[in-house]
Amino acid sequence: MPETQNVYEIPIGPIHPALKEPVRFTFQVEGERIRAVDVRAGFAHRGIEFMGMRRNLIQTLYLSERICGICSISHPIAITLAVERAAGIEVPPRAQYLRVIFSELERIHSHLLWAGVAAHELGFDTLLHLTWKVREQVLDILEELSGNRIDYAIPIYGGVRRDISPEQIPKVEAMIRYYRGLLEELVDAFLRDPSVAARTRDVGVLTPEEADLLCAVGPTARASGLSKDVRQDRPYLVYGELGVKAITPRDWGLEPRGDVYDKAVVRLLEVGQSLDLIETCLYEMPEGEITSFPKIPALLAHLKKAEGEGLGWHEAPRGEVIHYIRLEAGVEEPVAWKVKAPTYSNLMSWVPMFADQEIADIPIIAASIDPCICCMDRVHMVRDGSPATLLKEDLLRLSREKTERLTGHPSPVTRHGGGL
Amino acid sequence: MILKTLFSQLLTKPATNRFPAKYMPKSVLGFLSRVKEGKATIVPPVPVPPRFRGKIAYSREKCIGCQLCIRVCPAKVIEFLPEAKKIRMHVARCTFCAQCVDACPVDALAESGGFLLSDTDRSSAALTVQ
Repeated sequence: MPETQNVYEIPIGPIHPALKEPVRFTFQVEGERIRAVDVRAGFAHRGIEFMGMRRNLIQTLYLSERICGICSISHPIAITLAVERAAGIEVPPRAQYLRVIFSELERIHSHLLWAGVAAHELGFDTLLHLTWKVREQVLDILEELSGNRIDYAIPIYGGVRRDISPEQIPKVEAMIRYYRGLLEELVDAFLRDPSVAARTRDVGVLTPEEADLLCAVGPTARASGLSKDVRQDRPYLVYGELGVKAITPRDWGLEPRGDVYDKAVVRLLEVGQSLDLIETCLYEMPEGEITSFPKIPALLAHLKKAEGEGLGWHEAPRGEVIHYIRLEAGVEEPVAWKVKAPTYSNLMSWVPMFADQEIADIPIIAASIDPCICCMDRVHMVRDGSPATLLKEDLLRLSREKTERLTGHPSPVTRHGGGL
Repeated sequence: MILKTLFSQLLTKPATNRFPAKYMPKSVLGFLSRVKEGKATIVPPVPVPPRFRGKIAYSREKCIGCQLCIRVCPAKVIEFLPEAKKIRMHVARCTFCAQCVDACPVDALAESGGFLLSDTDRSSAALTVQ
């Protein structure tokens, strides 16, 4: 009997109660087993880069913060680093430490958010509520330090906008103590719980070879055992001095299997790593200025004169985020702005992860890469009013053409199969 | 850990603040009008931290009409009034980044602690600062 007779197609999304954001999966299932999956993105394209290129750089900074509600430090850090490289702006050392503190606080809240979501997707809502209850502590500290619960508006070109005052340091230290004491309990609830292990062990496996081949980033790659972390591989800010090491399940004494369980291990261990980094930064932070441009008109004038291109990268909680920016003298708006969000690199990991899994595990596998679709969607294909499909060769050609158009110099990669 | 935490929660106060009343009133508007008449008391919201970025406070006297805030505002909240050389802010659009406060050369703008800004009319007096 031909196998294909038993294979059924289940479309899920773009709008579906199980999905937090619009993306479409088309599963080929045979009984309870998933045989293949097709992922289609592009439903949440907002044209945010286009909007940014019609605003001055300060307005674009706050627009970049709204690319993602959770990574609302990561995107501004990447864009400020890019603009600072393009415009040759120095960042005072204290501001670099403050940026690290804020981005590590964000990592803690993002990873705890993910842990809660993962518990919910497993049907373990008690754990969801407990995790999100303890997450409030870090959000309170972020509100105390920045004035906002989310969308902190902290980085600015040349520094940061708010300092940590001596009165606030004990509050941050209290938060660090709170989570240190709690982390062991959280690890206990997630990693030593037999029902969590039963639902996540050997589910959604991404082998190191696949992770490497598909260019997975962040905890998704590290859970497969790849020692891949932008803070370690291409240090920026003061991460080089802090000596960040990529965390893999080996740090917990486990050989990496690349399954959902390992992804939880990596994220929970990274909460501890972030606590250490914040503590080190608090004590090592030098005194001094927090921005090289205290006056906004001077900053606007400097940015208007600036000419050049810059690349900024940052290890967001979900992985590597890259911003490319090109400035021209006499123009307030960026001439080109390109954003690569971590989920863009991780999206294709879904295909091997879903292979040969059960339908009931779809939500947890989908959630295991911590997808952020609205960050990632940078294009929506429409041809004659209906959705269009492009193949790999077309995409390569289009992306090289766009790179040449944006950067103004020819793509360094040799073309093959092109019509030139 | 979970069982211990769950049982201990039976004896502790809820983690959330019971705003605006301990038990949900039948009608929130009716409850608020009773609060106004002094017949009921409101459970106050959690206090905000000292440098909270709430609704922007504007000092019309100090403003010199330089329009710098309009240039930096990412959400285009601020409207210029050319005759008076003053500004009007539409708070419904505000993203609370307070960049205008940083940019203002004469400190006419400040962050206030106000955050209870919901309204059915986006151009109501409570949502317009001028």
